[in-house]
Amino acid sequence: MNDLSENKQFAALSHEDRHLYEQFLVENQLFYGPDPEIMSNHGLSKRTGTEEKMLTSVLDMQRVSLVRGRLNSALEESFTMVEQMGVAPGAKWGDLVTAIFTSVGDMSQVAPHGIVVFASVCQYPIKFIRKYWENDPSVGIREGDGFIHNDSRYGNIHNTDQSLIFPIFYQGELICWIASTIHEGENGAIEPGGMPSIAESRFDEGLKMCPFKVVENFQIKRDLVNFLQNSVRDPKLQYADMKVKLHSLLRLRERVMAIIEEFGKDYLITTLRKTLEDTENEVRRRVAELPNGTVRINTWIDDDLREHVLAKIPISISVKDDKMTIDLRGASPELSNRSTNVCAASMKTCLLTNLVLYCWPDLPKNQAVLSAIEVLTDKNSMIDSSPEAPNAMSLLPIFQCFSLPSTIYAKLAYCLPKRYSAINANHYNQPATFVYGGLTQHEEVTGNFCADINGNGSGARENADGEHGISPVFGYMTDTGEMELAEEELPFIRLVAQQLAKDRVGAGKYRSGMGYEQISTVKGSNEFGFMSGQSGAKHPSAYGCFGGYGSPAYPLAKIKNIDVLEILKNQPESFKFSMVDLMNEQRYEGGEYTVQSALNFEICNPGEIYMICQGAGGGYGDVLERTPAMVLKDVEEKLISPDYARRIYKVVFDEKKFIVDEDATKKLRQDEREVRKQRGIPFDTFVASWVKDGPADDIPYFGSWDDHRKLIATPPAGNRYVMDADNIKGVMMSNPKDRKIKDLQMENAALKKRLEAIGG
Amino acid sequence: MRVNITEYLAIDLEKETWECRVCDHEIFDARDNYKRGLLVHDRKLDEVHPHLIDPEKYEYTFCPDPKFTALLEYYCPSCGTMVETEYTVPGHPPARDIELDIDDLKRKATGWGVNGGEPEIPEWKSPRHHHGHK
Repeated sequence: MNDLSENKQFAALSHEDRHLYEQFLVENQLFYGPDPEIMSNHGLSKRTGTEEKMLTSVLDMQRVSLVRGRLNSALEESFTMVEQMGVAPGAKWGDLVTAIFTSVGDMSQVAPHGIVVFASVCQYPIKFIRKYWENDPSVGIREGDGFIHNDSRYGNIHNTDQSLIFPIFYQGELICWIASTIHEGENGAIEPGGMPSIAESRFDEGLKMCPFKVVENFQIKRDLVNFLQNSVRDPKLQYADMKVKLHSLLRLRERVMAIIEEFGKDYLITTLRKTLEDTENEVRRRVAELPNGTVRINTWIDDDLREHVLAKIPISISVKDDKMTIDLRGASPELSNRSTNVCAASMKTCLLTNLVLYCWPDLPKNQAVLSAIEVLTDKNSMIDSSPEAPNAMSLLPIFQCFSLPSTIYAKLAYCLPKRYSAINANHYNQPATFVYGGLTQHEEVTGNFCADINGNGSGARENADGEHGISPVFGYMTDTGEMELAEEELPFIRLVAQQLAKDRVGAGKYRSGMGYEQISTVKGSNEFGFMSGQSGAKHPSAYGCFGGYGSPAYPLAKIKNIDVLEILKNQPESFKFSMVDLMNEQRYEGGEYTVQSALNFEICNPGEIYMICQGAGGGYGDVLERTPAMVLKDVEEKLISPDYARRIYKVVFDEKKFIVDEDATKKLRQDEREVRKQRGIPFDTFVASWVKDGPADDIPYFGSWDDHRKLIATPPAGNRYVMDADNIKGVMMSNPKDRKIKDLQMENAALKKRLEAIGG
Repeated sequence: MRVNITEYLAIDLEKETWECRVCDHEIFDARDNYKRGLLVHDRKLDEVHPHLIDPEKYEYTFCPDPKFTALLEYYCPSCGTMVETEYTVPGHPPARDIELDIDDLKRKATGWGVNGGEPEIPEWKSPRHHHGHK
């Protein structure tokens, strides 16, 4: 039966028969995939009966406030438990959360130090559990149950994070839900560490846990855990952190039950709902303060971790009275066999995170921050990808969403007499860290990641410089851990752990914070290696604000075929603890020196060197307005070189005495302003000659150009084509190794031909 | 009444013009794209982002690739202040990054005071995470 005849037959049914037919389909569904109705809705659910009754009567606000405070303490306690007991590196370094949800699954309150985005995405699996498992006689939801989940298609940032979700009952009534999420790392994917850069299909991504029951009567079911352990490289980690989450949730449950006993279940239910409604109302009030209008930015990701692409992610914010719309239409189409796509539900929680961290940091951190805001995307685009598209390294597009809305929000908010945070340029937004895996010095197989993205530099602010190595773009409360602890467990050594390197700053009136450089090697294992899923080696990731410059472009580097451990033993004076010096000087004969963009997983032989650098944020304001004293302090602290100070900031000073020549600086800066006026071209004239109809032919461009309804696709070694934004088909990419083999074969054939010609 | 829109741009609501906050130069019609009243320069990337790694030896140097990146600098034609920067792709149409409803701005600005006054900016102390061995 084709669609047309099915539709006709359906239309001919009576209302009752239609209902019966639809009921039959629901009850006899072959597979419960991600539910589009759940996944497309980031709004608040309707009030339940109790919520409606309580919120339309007179509330004792002091009791509500006390319940909120008690919940806050309880969530902080459970967060601390997970952090102190957690085994995953992510748990040790703060990449976790505990949170509480309403009975229908809306995320109401999060631990004060937790990662907001981890909790926000948990609303989706809870709603799935309620819709599909609650009335299924083979599953059900009962006191003492716990559900596990990691698949982003059902609501998660990426499959390396795992959540444990508990319902809380009181006298048989489902009152609320609690959840704990950790960035666990290893999940059995095609590359170790849980974030495979080479995943070409969702089946390369490892564990795909749609929400299922793994705890009954408050006990973890060992048969199911054993199955999960059997599917990952680090079985001890899998079990240990499930126990950690279970016990932190049991403690949180105790606290919640105590709140119910003291204040009554209705006050708990009502507080959870009221927190959401209060937040949503406050967001609408703040939006209504802004001037009506639209602000925009175009951004690009320059890599898909297999090859360079230039994938556009445009973002605009429109305000009309108390309504805000964030529009990401015109973004790159999804890449059907690359890991850098993201589900819309995950992406939206990143927008939420940006708003709550960088625009309105005083708001309660819950999902209502975004529920009042409309988000527009194109289906099957890179930022609203289909369930079939791999998204294991969704971090690339979502880090843009974590960082960029606040940059353009600034253009609406700067005029306000009262701001809720200082205007800030982009925080650095690439996951530049080592993902590792293999056999440890203790003969154990492992895979995970280092928390160095927690050391990204922040953007400059309107009234202060950014901070160095402060936090990841998605949270301000994380740590980077202690290398000595990692070295006890893992066979790699940081030769340079956290070193700020010169001239990698987002310059401006206020400069960005800087990221730090790391140099690592392997010791004690012949089967251990690294991956790094970062982009931004050709196009800067963090942009400046109001005339500030962006971050530089960051490559990574490696030296193969050397043994730095022997070098350090025999000729330690020869070793420079600097990526730039090591790569430029090429001191070690026989070494293979490579500078590259992303790194797919590869073995690092003992003594070989791998180098990465966390990035700087964006600068704020015109470089010529930075005070000479602040420039000199940067030179003194070795953040910039004297040459950089003179060339970029136009400061004249005595390098030995660190004394500024004020008059000469003033003149040099005025001269530079005159030079700008000479070299600048009136905008309309510039546009007439500079703007092109499309990207250059040799650029692997994806996404809109001048019309956001027309999307360009340029698959490598294929022909460029244009598709309608309302009908996006994912772009299949050829294998880079196949392309290389083909090129080599052609080169070989040409050389053979030349040889034959010479011989003949 | 003049309302500050960015670090260097203001709108004179009576004249309905974009103005430079550094030199008071009238830039353009406030209902149009302010960039039309500025000077633009396609800045050579390595003048701002130096090649830290030798470009003779390597493809990647910490300087963005000019095939993938263009840096547009926008200057006030009167005082030469760099009002805005735009990182884009060579040949891509520059974004009209600010498009305000001037009538709505007039209504709202009435309650803000002249020039919006000195804005109130909270000193936000982000909670520091201290990893301990308790």
